[in-house]
Amino acid sequence: MKGLRRVAAIVLRHFYLLRGSPARLLPLFAWVAVDILLWGFITRYLNTVTTSGLNFVPTLLGAVLLWDFFTRIMHGVAAAFFEDVWARNFLNIFATPLSISQYLSGLVITSIATSLIGLIVMLVLATTVFGLSFLTYGLMFFPFLLVLFLFGISLGIFGCALVLRLGPASEWLVWPVPALLSPFAGVFYPLSTLPLWMQWISSLLPPSYVFEGMRRIVAGGAVSGSSLAGAAALAVVYIFLACRYFASVYHHAQRTGLIARYSAETLS
Amino acid sequence: MSDVLSVTELRKEYGDTVAVDGVSFEVGRNEIVGLLGPNGAGKTTTINMILGVVQPSSGGIRIEGMDLAAHRSQALERTNFAAVYSPLPGNLTVFQNLRIFGLIYGVDDLPKRIEELLEQFDLKPFRDVKCGVLSSGEQTRAALAKAMLNRPHLLLLDEPTASLDPSVARDIRSRIRTYVTQGTGGVLWTSHNMYEVQDVCDRVLFVSHGKILLQGNPKTLPGEHGKATLEELFITVAQQPLTLEGAGA
Repeated sequence: MKGLRRVAAIVLRHFYLLRGSPARLLPLFAWVAVDILLWGFITRYLNTVTTSGLNFVPTLLGAVLLWDFFTRIMHGVAAAFFEDVWARNFLNIFATPLSISQYLSGLVITSIATSLIGLIVMLVLATTVFGLSFLTYGLMFFPFLLVLFLFGISLGIFGCALVLRLGPASEWLVWPVPALLSPFAGVFYPLSTLPLWMQWISSLLPPSYVFEGMRRIVAGGAVSGSSLAGAAALAVVYIFLACRYFASVYHHAQRTGLIARYSAETLS
Repeated sequence: MSDVLSVTELRKEYGDTVAVDGVSFEVGRNEIVGLLGPNGAGKTTTINMILGVVQPSSGGIRIEGMDLAAHRSQALERTNFAAVYSPLPGNLTVFQNLRIFGLIYGVDDLPKRIEELLEQFDLKPFRDVKCGVLSSGEQTRAALAKAMLNRPHLLLLDEPTASLDPSVARDIRSRIRTYVTQGTGGVLWTSHNMYEVQDVCDRVLFVSHGKILLQGNPKTLPGEHGKATLEELFITVAQQPLTLEGAGA
């Protein structure tokens, strides 16, 4: 019970911050909405100029929606952690009975809540304005979201650990991580387009299975359940590794005393 | 009843630098112990080890008999702190901060406790004000209210009155004194204000280069070492620690 209250405290902190700050609230849905509008019009244009008869809405717009969801999840975890970095709150937080697992759980739940807002906005825009039908993906839409969610969590926790290890200035290494991964994840093109060495990296990225599966469904094929299950298992392994890494960085910071004097220039 | 804090042969090394060099001391119930020494003497490192944010290189810390390393959460549930360098997050109101930390510390009947503390530390007018826009005195009172949330058995105060005017500082000292005499807790207090230390502490530990050089009653200790005031003794500890080494530790 005490553990749940501690997790709730971390979530409540971010609820208070969001409630009192339009600058925090707006990005939860504004940027994803702009992305859906931009790509919605691009797909509409492509549908009019190509003669292949291929409908770009479920392939491109669906891919943008899923990728933005993944990005929101990852950034949601990292941003919740950065609030403690920006407020120089580490000493207050880590000198309490709160455990690392309770703290990370709080960050993850915060991210779920904030990402759902973005997901709902994207779904409403994509379906009502651009006619994206999720019936196209059928029930596989949910495993797609699950795999992206799990991998987003793992990368978010890894990003937090990186910033804890390298210092606040390294947050700029964390924000662009989804963009760095997107060429390998095959968000907009089949993995067979990539050179072999890139395909090898793709095979280690759970989202690549999601986007391959999505294209297969749109092309009228079927998704291999075992391949998606494998992607989910891989993402769970990444979460485990990310948590281990965070714990190891935290204990290093305890040994070196850096938790107590954490600032931009002291950690490098 | 056991001591609220028992520190045994505590040592912290950073590479070749020894920040804390085998200190041992206790804080008893209803006792305020002053941890004194020049900047860099190892006071804050000692406090951070007791708070579990710095891992000792060796030695033990027991809070109400519980080994901090083995029972971190349970030990820290009975502990709290306020430090001049660790204000509450400025982007949350006083009430929001107290609610969040109250949940983390598992405070029973939290709404009532928060109202009591707002009253006790004259924070009612600032209940819904963000901590970042409070004056330093108000921020210190908010930090102290947070430190009292869980009615800690061990309270660690690192220069709690450093940014306060003498009138507010005296008021804060009196509140903490009352808390200690009325409850069962103990306080470890660092300060560079020797008048304050003499006023509030039952016992003081003088630390230099990571070691405890002297300890005793702050009212009688200066005379025992041929000094007129505690401040004079402090300056001797800071400038000529070798003349006192082994004198009373």
